[in-house]
Amino acid sequence: MRIVVCVKHVPDLQSERAFDAEGRVVRVGGEGTLNELDENALQVAADLVAEQGGEVIAVTVGPADAADAVRRAFQRGADRGVHVVDDAIAGSDVFGTAVCLAAAIRRLGAEARVDLVLTGMAALDGLTSMLPAALAAELGLPQLTLAARLTLADGVATVRRDLDNATETLTAPLPAVISVTDQINEPAFPSFLGIMAARKKTVEAWSLADLSVDPTAVGAAGARTRVVEATPRPPREHRVLIADDGDAGRRLAEYLIENKLV
Amino acid sequence: MTTMTTLTGPVLVLIDHHAGAVRPPTLELLTLARAAGDVTALWFGDGLDGALPLLAEYGVTSAYQVVIDSPVANAMHLPAVAAEAVAAAVRQSDAALVLLTSTFENKEIGVLLAREIDAGIVVDANGVTIAADGAVETNQSAFASTWNVRTQITTPRAVVAIKPNSIPAEPAPSSAAPGVVTVTVTPSEDALRTRIVERTERVATGRPELAEAQVVIAGGRGTNGDFSAIEELADLLGAAVGATRVATDEGWIEHTAQIGQTGVTVAPKLYIGVGLSGAVHHTGGMQSSGTIVAVNGDPEAPIFEIADFGIVGDLFTVLPQLSAELRARLG
Repeated sequence: MRIVVCVKHVPDLQSERAFDAEGRVVRVGGEGTLNELDENALQVAADLVAEQGGEVIAVTVGPADAADAVRRAFQRGADRGVHVVDDAIAGSDVFGTAVCLAAAIRRLGAEARVDLVLTGMAALDGLTSMLPAALAAELGLPQLTLAARLTLADGVATVRRDLDNATETLTAPLPAVISVTDQINEPAFPSFLGIMAARKKTVEAWSLADLSVDPTAVGAAGARTRVVEATPRPPREHRVLIADDGDAGRRLAEYLIENKLV
Repeated sequence: MTTMTTLTGPVLVLIDHHAGAVRPPTLELLTLARAAGDVTALWFGDGLDGALPLLAEYGVTSAYQVVIDSPVANAMHLPAVAAEAVAAAVRQSDAALVLLTSTFENKEIGVLLAREIDAGIVVDANGVTIAADGAVETNQSAFASTWNVRTQITTPRAVVAIKPNSIPAEPAPSSAAPGVVTVTVTPSEDALRTRIVERTERVATGRPELAEAQVVIAGGRGTNGDFSAIEELADLLGAAVGATRVATDEGWIEHTAQIGQTGVTVAPKLYIGVGLSGAVHHTGGMQSSGTIVAVNGDPEAPIFEIADFGIVGDLFTVLPQLSAELRARLG
């Protein structure tokens, strides 16, 4: 089983996240980390390979710092890691990102068959959840998204997913692109051995030229959306904080009625 | 007054409906769509006839009823099939803008559709406007609602998914019976590689849908699994009940009640969070709420940093007192 796991370097949730003057997410400094939801995908891959044998390859797209996501994937069992990095990629929208990832995955597929492409359910910076479907379409593969459970048998993947209005069981033939939710497993912490082994691994850097991707098809040049303005929201005003000394419930009722909230 | 617009075609609105009823967020989409251009409704499956008067009231001038011509079970619910069908309707109507409600399902349909019709896409938007030059612009919040972002879609066609509770829905000043066009779509073989072998519609709880509710009451670890005080207040206020990941993982309440980055995003007029600390995993899904009320025993809980009204106290004392007082005063 040869599995590609797409990972993303995102600003740490606990840090002061911001946009720069060009409306792009600030991705510099030591405040970045592996997108937490990618840990579920890496765990699925590690479990499958532990069961069936094979190889896990982590792939990311992003500026120089983004290689950190691949190194963290090494700690979580990835055997190999690829970083698609090129100045022309900056400012990519979901389609540009999908083009870059798909090109890397096709190159890996040219070496040997890729059976499965896994992603997390969302990246915690943008939270759009659009990439998995866009990537599947770019690769010409079927997609199974938001898998809360996944089983593989006889070359067919079966997933269960919970939507707003329904619970579904879906199937698709492999190879397929599958996004997994944080319900699918409880990612293990990297082991000491895993961390030591990760240090010996090298992140392979591939440029757009290496992948024969037209630089104008990706990045800001190829993007179909452009951030016009990004401004921090002012903090909430007139905030009230009280300690309950016996009538806090009544005071809250007063507040809700006064402000016509009930 | 007619709004001037330079959109090159109509606005196509995907109508979310359940058990024959139009979902409330769809009426917000129609309100936004009217300001941008002529509104064409897109309806999957049966039940359009019953909904036409309401759609007309909200300014729909024509309606497309999509029929999926396939023997495959649940084909209409496959995002890739739905995207092909919406794309067919876009081509037939020459729509310049497609609006959907921002659910996980629709975001997936939206991105596949956008790819198919060479459109730019923005999801989780709070609003959409047409700039003077005819470009579609959106507003959305980012980073747990700590930033406001305005985005321009630079392609001739645009797809925008709007979050529920973004604007008040308002009926159109005047309306006429919409013409109905049937669009029959045969899905491609590629779109049918994924199959839905089982689909169970969720049973209604009798409370408003979490994502759509005007009032949401959420409980976390501090409830210790006892949601009775929350339920009592929710019954009183006609509110939806939500929870943190801890509470759903403990099995205290169903997983679909989880509010947060990986669960439901809520933006009610009033959010009341009790017995929850306010970890970013949760607040990322509720920070756009109008008024935030928090009750927690720990004065250091981060939820107090974003609360408009915070009470350091015991939820099992404060909530019953609140319910009793509201019952007495509101009758």
